[in-house]
Amino acid sequence: MERYVVAVLVNNKFGVLNRVTSMFRRRGFNIDTLTVGETQNPKLSRITLSFLGSDNKDQIIRQLEKMPDVHKVQELEKGSSVSRELLLIKINNSSEARQDILAIVDVFRAKIIDYAPDSVTIEVTGESGKVNAIIDLLRGFGIIEMCRTGIVALTRGKENVLATDAEIEEGSEG
Amino acid sequence: MKISGAEILVKTLIEQGTEVVFGYPGGQVINIYDELYKHQDKLKHVLTAHEQGAAHAADGYARATGKVGVVIATSGPGATNLVTGIATAYLDSIPMVAITGNVSCPLIGKDSFQEVDITGVTMPITKHNFFVNSIDKLAGIIREAFKLAKSGRPGPVLVDIPKDVQTALFDYEPADVVAPYPKKPVTSAAIAKAVEIIMAAKKPYIYIGGGAISGDAGKEIEALAERIDAVIGTSMMGLSAVPTKHPRFLGMVGMHGHYAASIAMHHSDCLITLGARFSDRATGKTSKFAPEAKIIHIDIDAAELEKNVRTDVGISGDIKEVVEKLLAVLPQAKHDDWRSHVEELRKKEAASDPVDDRFSPKNIIRLLNTYKNAATPVVTDVGQNQMWAAQYAEFEQPRKFISSGGLGTMGFGLGAAIGSAIATGERSVLVTGDGGFGMCLTELATAVTYNVPVTVVILNNTVLGMVRQWQTLFFGKRYSNTDISNRQTDFVKLAEAFGASGYRAENESELKAALDAAFASDGPVVVECMINKDEFVLPMVPPGGSMDDLIVKVGD
Ligand SMILES: Cc1ncc(C[n+]2csc(CCOP(=O)(O)OP(=O)(O)O)c2C)c(N)n1
Ligand SMILES: [Mg+2]
Repeated sequence: MERYVVAVLVNNKFGVLNRVTSMFRRRGFNIDTLTVGETQNPKLSRITLSFLGSDNKDQIIRQLEKMPDVHKVQELEKGSSVSRELLLIKINNSSEARQDILAIVDVFRAKIIDYAPDSVTIEVTGESGKVNAIIDLLRGFGIIEMCRTGIVALTRGKENVLATDAEIEEGSEG
Repeated sequence: MKISGAEILVKTLIEQGTEVVFGYPGGQVINIYDELYKHQDKLKHVLTAHEQGAAHAADGYARATGKVGVVIATSGPGATNLVTGIATAYLDSIPMVAITGNVSCPLIGKDSFQEVDITGVTMPITKHNFFVNSIDKLAGIIREAFKLAKSGRPGPVLVDIPKDVQTALFDYEPADVVAPYPKKPVTSAAIAKAVEIIMAAKKPYIYIGGGAISGDAGKEIEALAERIDAVIGTSMMGLSAVPTKHPRFLGMVGMHGHYAASIAMHHSDCLITLGARFSDRATGKTSKFAPEAKIIHIDIDAAELEKNVRTDVGISGDIKEVVEKLLAVLPQAKHDDWRSHVEELRKKEAASDPVDDRFSPKNIIRLLNTYKNAATPVVTDVGQNQMWAAQYAEFEQPRKFISSGGLGTMGFGLGAAIGSAIATGERSVLVTGDGGFGMCLTELATAVTYNVPVTVVILNNTVLGMVRQWQTLFFGKRYSNTDISNRQTDFVKLAEAFGASGYRAENESELKAALDAAFASDGPVVVECMINKDEFVLPMVPPGGSMDDLIVKVGD
């Protein structure tokens, strides 16, 4: 199984996210991470999805492309795109652990965003691999709570997913 | 001048070429029904006995004509009663627009009386759906619904209109009938690759599905078969795309396909698939499907390519256009060995089908062939009756075989027979079972009300025959809940109770007398045929098997 990341440009409209995720559920495809937000064109939202797949990747992309609310689907391949995840993680703090925690934060170029004598909250951004690695290291201190955003990604260079206005206009009403 | 949303809806339906709508009134569509009343000279409304029947009728109307079928239902239970009908249309790619009323916007989400989230419910069984949250969008959404229903691969679209949008006032600007979205052009590289495979083939086989009918490509497909010296087989949904008596036509493939059609497909070295989606009922075990063939798959829906079986070339595009492009470059071919191999298979098939005079399903359908004409829509229900109709009914024109393929909806038949008869003005023939007819027979009321010419042929085997057949073959004859002989329904009296005529036939001469009367009538006639409960549908590919495992005869 390989992890694929796709950007899906959709109408910024009520219910669209539901349609997209419902298609995954119905066809038995599993979503690994999902982020959604408005684009520079307020009519459009961008859904970045990652999923584990093998031979079903093209089928997933075709099923997405066929939805009336979807304008464009683009696979973001590792070599030709940049991707990030954001992690907020709250772990136990103590005077004995402090130095080790600070060292890890330093190495990962993470940030401490909340500090209390018995807890510390760290912000990390990076590719999923880096985020996984720091979680593994911090596990030993006792994770109180954590929250990760899932992948956001863009292609390298000037290439982009954004559809032209003409492409958007011919999309569906309502 | 500003008019109400309800009137905008009705005017837009008329503007989009709708002549008939099927439906059922209720509190949240009462304004729409008021406008239907006022516009009855331009738009005919057919009141059914149940919303499911209305949905199947709109579906049958669409299948018989290729036009968009339209159905209207009220909120809540009216809307949920449409669900089976919408799903039936969705699985068979039938263009349909379903209009539902809903509670007023401020009441949405409050579990109000007869409020159901019907756009949520129908999301996975519609091509798309809309909730109209303001009057200014209404006409545009209705037009978009028609456009989507008939674009590319057709399908049902639902539009949910809250009551306050129906009563709000807005301007109405008439518009033209919407054209489908333009089809994506076919790439010449894909055509070239297909041509290469076809030219190398020695045993070409053209396999067609429902897309050959919705894509109106029957004539082109026949021309292609002549050109490359191929034979033609069909999925159940493709029946009637090519005339049954066409010399190259072998019949239906799949779980209950014809012998020669199925075996020839298994032996073919080049399978040109047009508008078929390789459903499991058609292919059997996919890993053993057409093992020697290079597969060319041509479909309007790109998402069908590589979905169920491996293909060597996938072309997404309009079938007619693709076949025309192939015809433009392919030279005349001749495959005498292949053709004579297929002839052998046909002889074997004919030999295993001896002529007898039993009152069997086969002979009943064959007799029906002599009564119907080229324009008669043959509609089926689901089960053994459906398979016998598919195997033995003969067609000369497309859109004459109307059957629930993908969803296999028992109870589909009567509504669809009414819809197709209204659409074509022809007497339709429904072949149904005692079980399936029992599900939606209340639509006899509709057939009587509008004096719809339908001949309902019930193949009464007193059992849920298709399920029972599986129980016989695979469940040690443990007939769990498939014997319905104790129901004691008298279908003749039942027909009469509804105001239709009814006949019972226990042999061929009684059937002839009943059919003479039915085909002389201008309204609904029910003909109950008493058949043996142990009749089997054969051949049969057992579930999970391939054409290799075809069962042709069943021992005791
Ligand atoms: C709505 C629905 N429920 C259940 C089934 C499962 N099913 C398929 S065929 C069949 C038996 C049909 O019996 P009948 O209508 O008498 O037709 P026969 O097979 O006897 O010709 C059943 C129960 C179905 N296809 N549709
Ligand atoms: Mg039966």
